Amino acid sequence: MESTDTIRIEASSGPAHRDVISKVVERSGTDIRRCFHCQSCGGGCPVSQAMTYRPNGVIRLLQLGRVQEALQSSDIWFCIGCNTCSMACPQAIDIAAFMDVMRQIALEEGVPPAEPDILAFHREVVGSIHKYGRTHKLEIMMRYKLRQLDMFSDLDLGLKMLAKRKLDLLPSKIADQRVMKRIFEVCGGANHGGGR
Amino acid sequence: MAAVVEGMEFSYFPGCSLATSAKENNRSLFKVCQKLGVNLVELEDWNCCGSSSTHSINSELAFHFACRNLSLAPAGRPLLVACPSCMLRLRQAQLHLQEDAEARRVYERMWGRPVDSNLTIIHFFELLDNGFGAGSNPDFQASLKGLRFAPYYGCMLTRPPAMRHEKQYHGLMEKILGSFGAEPLVWGHPSRCCGTFLSVAKPAVVTPMVNQIIQGAVDVKADCIITACAMCHLNLEIRCSLKTQLPIFHFSEILSVALGMGIRKSWLKRHLVDPLPLLKAKGFLEKTAAG
Repeated sequence: MESTDTIRIEASSGPAHRDVISKVVERSGTDIRRCFHCQSCGGGCPVSQAMTYRPNGVIRLLQLGRVQEALQSSDIWFCIGCNTCSMACPQAIDIAAFMDVMRQIALEEGVPPAEPDILAFHREVVGSIHKYGRTHKLEIMMRYKLRQLDMFSDLDLGLKMLAKRKLDLLPSKIADQRVMKRIFEVCGGANHGGGR
Repeated sequence: MAAVVEGMEFSYFPGCSLATSAKENNRSLFKVCQKLGVNLVELEDWNCCGSSSTHSINSELAFHFACRNLSLAPAGRPLLVACPSCMLRLRQAQLHLQEDAEARRVYERMWGRPVDSNLTIIHFFELLDNGFGAGSNPDFQASLKGLRFAPYYGCMLTRPPAMRHEKQYHGLMEKILGSFGAEPLVWGHPSRCCGTFLSVAKPAVVTPMVNQIIQGAVDVKADCIITACAMCHLNLEIRCSLKTQLPIFHFSEILSVALGMGIRKSWLKRHLVDPLPLLKAKGFLEKTAAG
């Protein structure tokens, strides 16, 4: 940890970066300090073309104390958690778990998400689970499109999927209606992360 | 876990995709299990595993979603999961429970019972591992002769570091379908991610990803792509903008053909890329059952 002091070139405007790194390590259960920036992660990442820094770059930002830039990056939202990077990582860093924790810290600290569309989608999915205990794809799509004020892109596709019965009109629901409510209460209420 | 054992009974976790958008995957999987003499008992009142979205924004919620499902599994019966993504979520929660005493306490408080340390969770593929194939039964025939397929696993083969020692399925579809006479192709994208949920929020990012995959299969002159995951199946069908599109089959659908049960019309109707011309050309249609 001491070595990071000598390479820190910019002070973070947010919380002290070492605290953030410790927090990230603790919550993700993976030690990003092991990263030596071989860039294997970004090489195989299927969405790296949409990223600004690529996975190791986000880790580097933290190591440099540029925490806000990391939390404000698109990269943490574009990560789809496919684990391709983790398989390639010679240091066995669980990069997908790291990205999960970065998104969650960004949300908790009120950092405006660089990719609000992606967050909106996640919220619709979690909201659907809250309501039905399962995901209701048609409603997720409709609500998501409404929220984005975008009813026309993918309309053809939606109709095609309906015709092919890929989208059920009615949700598949769980019988125990109270259980989701209970889970959300335990997790700090409906607005914690995902509820509606 | 040994190979298929006749009369074996499993609790079955279909997950949201197989229960709704990929019913053809679910039905063909049931059919195949029936043929193998394996009894699937759907986990009563199962809930969503949390999918990619939950752990993306709230790890605690994701943990509870997975745990409730584990808490519903009756003792003494292994839990069979059909979707690679649900499998990962459920297994990850189970590993967390095994390693963390505090997590076990939370579980017990929440679900009012101790963690079942004997619960085995297996993916459908594990049933077929260990020597299953055309050679394992004298009644089986080379029923897939002439089918050139690109096996597609998506991110099923990738794991977080803590799960690197878990069962792997590299080459399973090639081995099994190959034994039934199909020709597995070597190509560049068997485990390239399909883009999953970004398909909804960022189609402009996912379309090139999917096109690259399909083009890869076209380049090796594949007749079709066979998928291990229902989510991949959907993305490959809906996000390809190439002129040449390929039929995409669920592994369980093709297994049904391999085992001589054909492929049901009601499954085919749910495909966005029409597989009928291919099935006709290969002579698989005679075996296609109505209904």
